[in-house]
Amino acid sequence: MSIDTSPGQERRSYLKVLLLLPFIALLWVPFYNKELPSLFGFPFFYWYQFAWVPATSLIIWVVYRHALEKGGE
Amino acid sequence: MDTNNIHWSALFVFIFFFALVTVMGFLASKWMSGPSNKGAHLDEWGLGGRNFGTWITWFLVGGDFYTAYTVIAVPALVYAVGAYGFFALPYTILVYPIVFVIMPKLWKAAHKAGHVTAADVVWGRYKSRPLEFAIALTGVVATMPYIALQLIGMEVVIKALGLTGELPLLAAFVILALYTYSAGLRAPALIAFVKDVMIYIVVLVAVIVVPAKLGGYGAVFSSARDAFALKGGATGLTLKPTQFLPFATLALGSAMAAFMYPHTLTGIFAAKDANTIRKNAVFLPAYTVLLGLIALLGYMAYAAGIKVQSNNDVVPALFNGLFPGWFAGFAFAAIAIGALVPAAVMSIGASNLFTRNFWKPYVNPGISHEGEAKVAKVVSLVVKFGALVFIMFLPTKFALDLQLLGGVWILQTFPALVFGLFVGWFGPRALLAGWAAGIIGGSWMAFADGIKPVHTFVVGADSYTMYTGLIALALNIVVALVVNLVLGKGSQPALKQS
Repeated sequence: MSIDTSPGQERRSYLKVLLLLPFIALLWVPFYNKELPSLFGFPFFYWYQFAWVPATSLIIWVVYRHALEKGGE
Repeated sequence: MDTNNIHWSALFVFIFFFALVTVMGFLASKWMSGPSNKGAHLDEWGLGGRNFGTWITWFLVGGDFYTAYTVIAVPALVYAVGAYGFFALPYTILVYPIVFVIMPKLWKAAHKAGHVTAADVVWGRYKSRPLEFAIALTGVVATMPYIALQLIGMEVVIKALGLTGELPLLAAFVILALYTYSAGLRAPALIAFVKDVMIYIVVLVAVIVVPAKLGGYGAVFSSARDAFALKGGATGLTLKPTQFLPFATLALGSAMAAFMYPHTLTGIFAAKDANTIRKNAVFLPAYTVLLGLIALLGYMAYAAGIKVQSNNDVVPALFNGLFPGWFAGFAFAAIAIGALVPAAVMSIGASNLFTRNFWKPYVNPGISHEGEAKVAKVVSLVVKFGALVFIMFLPTKFALDLQLLGGVWILQTFPALVFGLFVGWFGPRALLAGWAAGIIGGSWMAFADGIKPVHTFVVGADSYTMYTGLIALALNIVVALVVNLVLGKGSQPALKQS
């Protein structure tokens, strides 16, 4: 429990908010439930979801790097 | 056995790779065991020495979470209903931010105290035997049908090779049981390398070659669109408005449940350090791309004009129809080996639970580390045998239904396992009451709906359909909050365990 309440954790936690982006982007279904515009033959519904795979990886990586630099662990 | 239908070149390649991983499975007992080896200790057999780095964890968790059954069932669902089956994609994306936030903390709690299972962590924090028992029981019960499902995946490809009867499946499973017994978690960890590389090759070849043969992705999607237009109902390349809420709640609920299972947690606890898990949250989504591509095989089947009696035969029929025998054999071997890895880890996870949370507290409290390893090894055999009996003597639908219920149940362990990592406010009695409410409420809804994953509420003129597991979780949390307010945290505080 001591780790959770250290001031360092508090200070860097704001970037963690980025982790909510994939949830908003993928759980708000009406936003991407359409066929156009298509890309390389893939309807929008499909390439949009595929695109969120690397995007989510990138977001997690950014949050991870940031925590490392702030001397996490 | 009728030998006329056997695809010999496919069978030959299949047996070659199966033999390869069998040898690896037996050799694995000595793998990655340096000077830190604790010898006859559950940490060695059940967690591979708690020493897996980023790469091994990546292959192990990837091989363990994206199971053979997934390779068969996701394209089958996409083939049957279209866009709705794609909830697997947001599910396996959203799981990683969740893993990133929760699992390093859980790992730390487990590592510090030498915990091997989720129920150990709960016992360590709350010192409540009933709550520990509830968490362990849920894990074991949810895992059994999951192992059975892996067997179904294996059964499908064995059938596609032209083999009949139960004997090939039995043989494959006896081999699996023996090397898991001798090498523990190291066997699936080592085999996962082979399995994952094979699956990546198969899928990359399939997603390049198949559309090239069928006229490109545009043609693949448009033939699926035409097929769904004929089929009608709640099918199509995009979702019907009534499917929005079920799609989103299934994705979210499944993502929250995914790493509550004993087999995925075993992969987490076996990691060397917390950053291994964080790095894996960054790199594991590579498997999600793969899963999305695998899901598209369901549409390719339309473009290829594949006709099947059972939706589960879509992938094997596609490979048999479009590829030479040897490559189909390679693909089927990849799927069958893909069943061995999770089946092994699942049986190890269930055995760890049995040993640490049933045997140790209730049968032999003074058990040695060596004794724990011994009990777990024997239980792993019993668990696999149980799953085999399940598949051979009970209807397939029974395993599927139970697995679906298992997902609802395992999600109810989320508050007990996770909340304590972030807030020290909940007491064990409140969490146990919440768990019970979630299990009972979730099961009741599922049975009332005829074992469907979603439940519909009617509010006035509107109806809302959502994933049953998530509704049960909401009930679980509300009950836990209320009981906590009424009873207080209880006489046994968390003692600041972590």
